[in-house]
Amino acid sequence: MKKLIAILLAVVMIFSLAACSGGTGKDELKVGFIFLHDENSTYDKNFIDAAIKACDNMGVKMVQKTQIPESNAAYEAAIELIESEDCDIIFADSFGHESFLMKAAKEHPEVEFCHATGTQAHTSGLKNFHNAFASIYQGRYLAGVVAGMKLNEMIAAGKFTAEEAKMGYVGAFTFAEVISGYTSFYLGAKSVCPSVTMDVKFTGSWYDETLEKQAAQALIDGGCKLISQHADSMGSPTACENAGVPNVSYNGSTAAACPDTFLISSRINWVPYFEYIIGQVQKDEAIATDWTGTLENGAVALTELGKNVAEGTQAKLDEVKAKLLDGSLQVFDTANFTVKGEKLTSYKADVDTDDAFTPDTEVIEGGIFYESKHRSGPYFDVRIDGITLLDEKY
Amino acid sequence: MADMQKTRHREPLLHIAKRDDMAPWKAWLIRLTAILIAFLLIGLVSMALTGEGLGEIYSTMLRGVFGRLFQGKTSLLWTYLQRTAVLLCLGLAVTPAFKMKFWNCGAEGQALMGGLAAMMCMIHLGHLPYPLLLIVIVGASILVGAVWGIIPAIFKAYYNTNETLFTLMMNYIAIQIVSYYVYLVGQGSGVIQPVATGNLPTIGNSKQLLNILIVVALMIVMFIYLKYSKQGYEITVVGESQNTARYIGINVKKVILRTMLISGAVCGIAGMLLVSGIDHSVNADTIGGQGFTAIMVSWLGQFNPYIIAAMSALIVFLESGAGKVADTFFLNGSFAGVASGIVILFLVGCEFFIRYSVRIRRARKEETV
Repeated sequence: MKKLIAILLAVVMIFSLAACSGGTGKDELKVGFIFLHDENSTYDKNFIDAAIKACDNMGVKMVQKTQIPESNAAYEAAIELIESEDCDIIFADSFGHESFLMKAAKEHPEVEFCHATGTQAHTSGLKNFHNAFASIYQGRYLAGVVAGMKLNEMIAAGKFTAEEAKMGYVGAFTFAEVISGYTSFYLGAKSVCPSVTMDVKFTGSWYDETLEKQAAQALIDGGCKLISQHADSMGSPTACENAGVPNVSYNGSTAAACPDTFLISSRINWVPYFEYIIGQVQKDEAIATDWTGTLENGAVALTELGKNVAEGTQAKLDEVKAKLLDGSLQVFDTANFTVKGEKLTSYKADVDTDDAFTPDTEVIEGGIFYESKHRSGPYFDVRIDGITLLDEKY
Repeated sequence: MADMQKTRHREPLLHIAKRDDMAPWKAWLIRLTAILIAFLLIGLVSMALTGEGLGEIYSTMLRGVFGRLFQGKTSLLWTYLQRTAVLLCLGLAVTPAFKMKFWNCGAEGQALMGGLAAMMCMIHLGHLPYPLLLIVIVGASILVGAVWGIIPAIFKAYYNTNETLFTLMMNYIAIQIVSYYVYLVGQGSGVIQPVATGNLPTIGNSKQLLNILIVVALMIVMFIYLKYSKQGYEITVVGESQNTARYIGINVKKVILRTMLISGAVCGIAGMLLVSGIDHSVNADTIGGQGFTAIMVSWLGQFNPYIIAAMSALIVFLESGAGKVADTFFLNGSFAGVASGIVILFLVGCEFFIRYSVRIRRARKEETV
């Protein structure tokens, strides 16, 4: 046994000598990224690609930690990025990372922490902890317009009647980010195809290829003529391609895998945000507590159109986009939707997150529900008419 | 070569025979060699994939596990030890069941239910005085884990159901229950924010030390229980032959129930460590598949708690180290799984050479003499 320990120790020593040879000098800025999955998830791939591009553009080093679950592992990853990689900025991409990242931020005031989709920065009291999101509801709305055009085309071709125009949506959780997303998508479609309705199924997971595929298939079987999703795997697009049902994707183009059914995809382009935070640290200036990407600053992006979109889609898209840009069109204009048959005149949303999710802020001004105004993370969680939630178990 | 081909029809080239006479030190030398070869192979595979040198690969692995340990930065080492402890705890939990040849594939669910019990106490009984709350948390986790373990055992003991399927299915039920609880508490966000009440105490500055010490104590107790106690002996006998056990007057049903109660209870402790000691939150992914890794760790450790500890340390080392290689050189996250796979393959494969002797047929010259 002693011999064995001696041999083991010798091996460890040899390895450790090799480990010491690495340089530890610190001269350039280093950004550490914490990702929930890896590039197999469309959600994370969108972040990873942007991180590589932004770090390249700004000439800084990038270090990544992939497959980091929403647990204390996120805290451990942040500490590793600081202690053994000397990162000056830490970024994490998943909602559940937030509290664990805040724990690390408290311990390391000298490092800047940025978190996408989170909700707690403006109430945390931490100067070095920041949230970011984009007004992706604008992108979803535009993608909805493309979906509505396609439905109109299919109705005109006599494939089904206007009353049968039903879309299906695969969501992850019954959570504001998802509700805001599918509602804006629905409103976009409804703006061109007034008779449209929508069914929503939830998977209870941000990434579960099998469940998402099954959910999409169930929606198709239930009479949905077009599918979109807010879940991160290739599950729904694949189910649509197999069934020949048009699909509006998210996080990036799925045209390569699903050429016949892919219509369009909206996504958040994170390059502007990453360049912004790197620039602020380089200039030694403060990073905004809440940063919201928009159509204007390029954070809300649309992919190219698929080959089977309806005719005239591009022209319509440009027209609606121009209206969104000049402010003459608001996605959550209360004139365009009803709740239980009535117009919404006042709504208090849970902007300052607390354990009981108490609504605290009036978000309707002048007939418009202002999303992403009081903080970057979405808070639109109204259940509007025309959308049926098939299961709300998550 | 020509000679060998001529004689092929006469006698097989390889002669394999069972052996049980190998000296333990020799067996361990073979296992160590297997691990070293596996590490070399991992290095070579990484080299082929990344184009980096072997030294760079191994130093990246070590940096991923120990960080800048030699510059006094110990937090990564603590993380490593804590992860090892959690995997070891689950490995210890399934060991008595496996020794009894009861295939408990339900450690994942038993630990998750234990963790859920801890979480519920932390949230709903947070107003209790701290010492009392801790006792309730520990008791509830152990109890719920044990209940989740004994249900399949009851069906096995009285109706001879297949425990592998039964325990596996119990995992899915546990996952769904936890998902539903997360939905209730997290209001659709899919996340329960970490709770400040009912966290396990810390020893000095270390958040990890208590968790590690609990598992070390469990390891020693489990070793003594399996090796020196009457109950441990009964487990061995039932595992070897239920008929023999019955013949010498062992109540097999009782042993099955009791052993799964222990197995589930220790899983409950693992869940409690993860929820109350580490994450302070729970979700369906809290155990993260370690309940299944634990099965392998237990087998590789030959049901000996101390060797299981070494195997846990090895597997966690591989996962962290290979994960770091994947992240540094932009390989896919699955690379860590590939690396663990290589080591496990070699470890399992080398057992063949320990349990069987392989003789290549002697050259023809000698045969004809």
